[in-house]
Amino acid sequence: MATQTAAKPAKANILQAINAAIADAMEADDNVVVLGEDVADPEEGGVCGVTKGLSSRFGDARVRSTPISEQAIVGAAIGASLVGFKPVAEIMLMNFTTVAMDMIVNHAAKLRFMSGGQTHVPIVIRTMTGTGFASGGQHCDYLEAWFAHTAGIKVVAPSSPRDAYGLMRSAIDDPDPVLFIENLPTYWTPAEAPEKDHRVPIGKAKLLSEGSDITIIAYARMIQEALPAVAQLAEAGISAELIDLRTIAPWDRDTVLASVARTGRAMIVHEAVTPFGVGAEIGSVLNEELFGKLKAPVKRLGGAFCAVPFSKPLETAFAPQTADIVAAAKALMA
Amino acid sequence: MTNRAVPDAGTQIEIYRRMALIKANDERSRKVIMTGRLVMPYYSPRGQEVIPSAISVSLTDEDYVCTIYRGSHDQLAKGLPLKDLWAEVAGRTTGTCKGKGGPMHVTYPTKGIMVTTGIVGSTMPIANGLAWGSQLRGDGRVTVANFGDGAANIGAFHESLNLASVWKLPVIFVCQNNEWGEHTAYDKTSNVRVADRAAAYGIPGERVDGNDPFAMYAAAREAIERARAGEGPTLIEAMTYRFHGHVFGDQDAYMDKDRKARAMADDPVPRFRARLIADGVASEEQLVAMEAEIEAQIDEAVEFALASDFPGVEELKRDVFAEELN
Repeated sequence: MATQTAAKPAKANILQAINAAIADAMEADDNVVVLGEDVADPEEGGVCGVTKGLSSRFGDARVRSTPISEQAIVGAAIGASLVGFKPVAEIMLMNFTTVAMDMIVNHAAKLRFMSGGQTHVPIVIRTMTGTGFASGGQHCDYLEAWFAHTAGIKVVAPSSPRDAYGLMRSAIDDPDPVLFIENLPTYWTPAEAPEKDHRVPIGKAKLLSEGSDITIIAYARMIQEALPAVAQLAEAGISAELIDLRTIAPWDRDTVLASVARTGRAMIVHEAVTPFGVGAEIGSVLNEELFGKLKAPVKRLGGAFCAVPFSKPLETAFAPQTADIVAAAKALMA
Repeated sequence: MTNRAVPDAGTQIEIYRRMALIKANDERSRKVIMTGRLVMPYYSPRGQEVIPSAISVSLTDEDYVCTIYRGSHDQLAKGLPLKDLWAEVAGRTTGTCKGKGGPMHVTYPTKGIMVTTGIVGSTMPIANGLAWGSQLRGDGRVTVANFGDGAANIGAFHESLNLASVWKLPVIFVCQNNEWGEHTAYDKTSNVRVADRAAAYGIPGERVDGNDPFAMYAAAREAIERARAGEGPTLIEAMTYRFHGHVFGDQDAYMDKDRKARAMADDPVPRFRARLIADGVASEEQLVAMEAEIEAQIDEAVEFALASDFPGVEELKRDVFAEELN
């Protein structure tokens, strides 16, 4: 229990946490290298400055700005990883991963399998996305389901600075490719700072609040919408359990199934469009595993089935909001 | 160009040995597929034997190579053991990749064969990364990225040449221009020479007769030396001709019969063989013995492959990630 006299915990935001994680990994292992558009210091450490300071500290051989060439970036990361390096490649925005899909899906994800385990691809592909910064259709999609559907690539999406640090360290340590999805609108919100060398295991969800009536499963920015929803539901007499998935592929079936087995109701919330999304996969597994124990159909709450709109009211309406989560939970209880 | 490197007698014989191995292996592959004992998509490299043979004699096992689905010539020239290759294309557990890769995805790091890809144009971005690794370590290794003329029209080609140029990577881009991108002739898909595109990226580019072992050897040597000296990438467009259709079983009606007949009449393998004898570099008996030895090795490899076990279904869950799936 915190007391009045306890030292205030240090604060950091997600952007600082990711920067610190990469720096600490580079310090610990010379094989960690960074590449991507604008990532070095003369180019300001990336459009949001996530990699700022790294090239000055570790040299421009290990932190390289690239041309705007997504296939070349991921390809170079793959090739270097095949011979022992641990590249952290930035694909500036998630929509731009589409330009490098061949390298990610056909090569990074499959080389371990196709080579019968002779080679492997320990790369991290960092990318940013998220609605709420008025970018329109081609700069803010959540495409995690595309990657989660591909065997051989892990997908993580942290919602806090501590998790961002811990997951980044784990992703760099991981012997397989990891897609690391950063939510741009959450970058600058200060929260509890991670301690050095903190690790969050890939594949482990986090229980953010305990409840008995309904389990809400969310990740990335949707946690920010779900937390106040849980409080509002409590005021309405509904006890909601909130799980931050943190890792989308592989997702933490044990934690989610155990929770839903307890509460009997489940809602999956994500910013990506609803059809064929992560919610569909989790919902399907819940139906298969908990049929008969469910008190209501599993609910999916995701983005509208359209491109992310520019106009503010439309952009706001695109992704689930606190009020939507509250209303959907109440409907499940009815 | 003057003062170009010339392969000495021993190197000439070694180039020929690799060519003869590739030719014999191709002929046997088609024969075994015809018997129905082996089912695989097969992309014959027949006619393109000189290119990897004349390059690889100047490489070591530590140097890296990336190749494509039409890549058995590149793999054999780089030293892939016949048994491992045959077992892999037969899908057996004794293959290079436990039978999980197949002919389009052969990997064999022991000999520097790092990636074989079924995606046109994908060797080049990855080759850059291998070369970047060598540059960071300063290990003096060279990476060769093989691809066809069709791949020169993929965006990855342009991205890769540009990046390699900017980063001065020790990589050699070898376009094996066999005049065909699948079923479509090169002159229908591009109005410029592949080698000329090097100028756009500020790197040396050379079109070379890829069926002439001397010319190919000299061009490769210069590119390799340049790469090892830290002077950056080179683009080589090696002109050759594909003797068969795109994939085994393809009726190749799209190929001009006269052009094909001319190419086959000028088969680079017997041509070089005759030259070795005419120049007194090798004797007929010596080459006959070499070829018989190759046939015996292929016999043994085919037998080994077809007698090997198929992988168990538990392999489906293995090698997806480092940790085994439940």
